[in-house]
Amino acid sequence: MYIIVVGAGKMGYHLTKALLKDEHEVIIVERSAPKCEAIREELGSMVIVGDGCEESVLREAGASRADVFITVTGVDEDNLVACQIAKHRFQVGRTISLINNPSNEKLFVELGVDVCVSSTDIILSHIEEELPEHSLVHFMALRGSNREIVGIRIPPDAAVVGQVLGEVPIPDDSLISFVLRKDGTLVVPDREAILGSEDEVVAITTAEGEEALRDVLTGIA
Amino acid sequence: MGCGRVGTMIATVLWEEGNHVIVLDANPESLRRLPEELQKEAMVGDGSLEEDLRRGGIEISDAFVAVSTGDTTNVLAAQMAKHVFQVGKVVCRIDDPACFEMYKELGLNAVSSTQLISNLILQAVHS
Repeated sequence: MYIIVVGAGKMGYHLTKALLKDEHEVIIVERSAPKCEAIREELGSMVIVGDGCEESVLREAGASRADVFITVTGVDEDNLVACQIAKHRFQVGRTISLINNPSNEKLFVELGVDVCVSSTDIILSHIEEELPEHSLVHFMALRGSNREIVGIRIPPDAAVVGQVLGEVPIPDDSLISFVLRKDGTLVVPDREAILGSEDEVVAITTAEGEEALRDVLTGIA
Repeated sequence: MGCGRVGTMIATVLWEEGNHVIVLDANPESLRRLPEELQKEAMVGDGSLEEDLRRGGIEISDAFVAVSTGDTTNVLAAQMAKHVFQVGKVVCRIDDPACFEMYKELGLNAVSSTQLISNLILQAVHS
C-alpha cells in the first residue's frame, strides 16, 4: 500500500520503520528540516520537508494515490486539518489520526477521520488494567455511537458473587457480552449463569451508564 | 477567539454595538490591547480546547468568531463550535487560500485575510 505519514517525531519515525518493514511504500511529511535530514540519512529519500496542512505539500507527497493517510503530530488541530484535506481534496480512502487530547476524539470522528488513536486513552486503559483496585477497564469506544466496551472484575466480597445473572439488576443501557472465569474459561452467559468471585465481565455500556454497571457488579454485600 | 489586531477590532466594534463579548487568547499580554471594560471579562485560554471554550460560555453564545493567526487552531475551534456546541453563527479566519476554499466548500463560514488583502491591493494596482 502507499501510505503518507505526517509528523516525524518519535511516533512517526517508529511507525514509518514498522510500515517499511511490512513492505509498504511510505512517504513522511515533516515541517522541520533537521528532522527530515536525520530520517533521510537513515531510511533514504522518502521524506518531504513541508507543512502537512498545506494542499500543495500533500499533492507533492502523492496524496491522490495514497491508500492510507496517517497524522501523528503532537498538535491535534494540525492532525485534523491534514486529515480533512486528505479526505476532501485527495479522496484518500482511510485517514488515521493520533489524538493528543482525548476530548477531541468525538469531533474528529464526526468530521470524518476514519480511525482515531488516542494515546492518553490507550495508556490509561493499560494503567487501569495493572491497578488491582481499579475494577473497570475501558477496552474501546464503539464508533458512531455513545457506546463502549468495558471489562469489570468482580471482587470476592461483591454482593453478586454466587447470584444468578437473571436476578442481577443490570442497568438498561448495559449488555453483558461474555464472562471470563478466573480459570480462563470463557462463557457467554444466559440468565441462569452464576457469577463468581474474580470473574471478568465484559459488557457494552454507555459513558453515563458505566458507573451504575460497575456499582451493581462490584458493590459489597 | 484570538486577540491580535483583528480580534481586538472585531471585539471592540461588537461590544460598542451593545453585544456581550468574551475574548479568549492563549497569551495574557495580547488581552491588554482590549478596551478596559472588555479586559474585565477576557480570558486566557486555548480556543482549541473544549473545556476552555466551555469556560468562555460557548454553550450559551449566539456567535463564535475564530480569528487567531493559526489557521489550524481556528479551523478546529470553529468546527467544534459548530458541530459540538451547535453555535448558531460561526466565522473562521483561514489565511491559507487553498485551505480556505476547501472549508468554504465544506460549509464553514470562512474568511481569508490573504485573499481579501490581495484583492484590495490588486484592485489598487489596476486602478
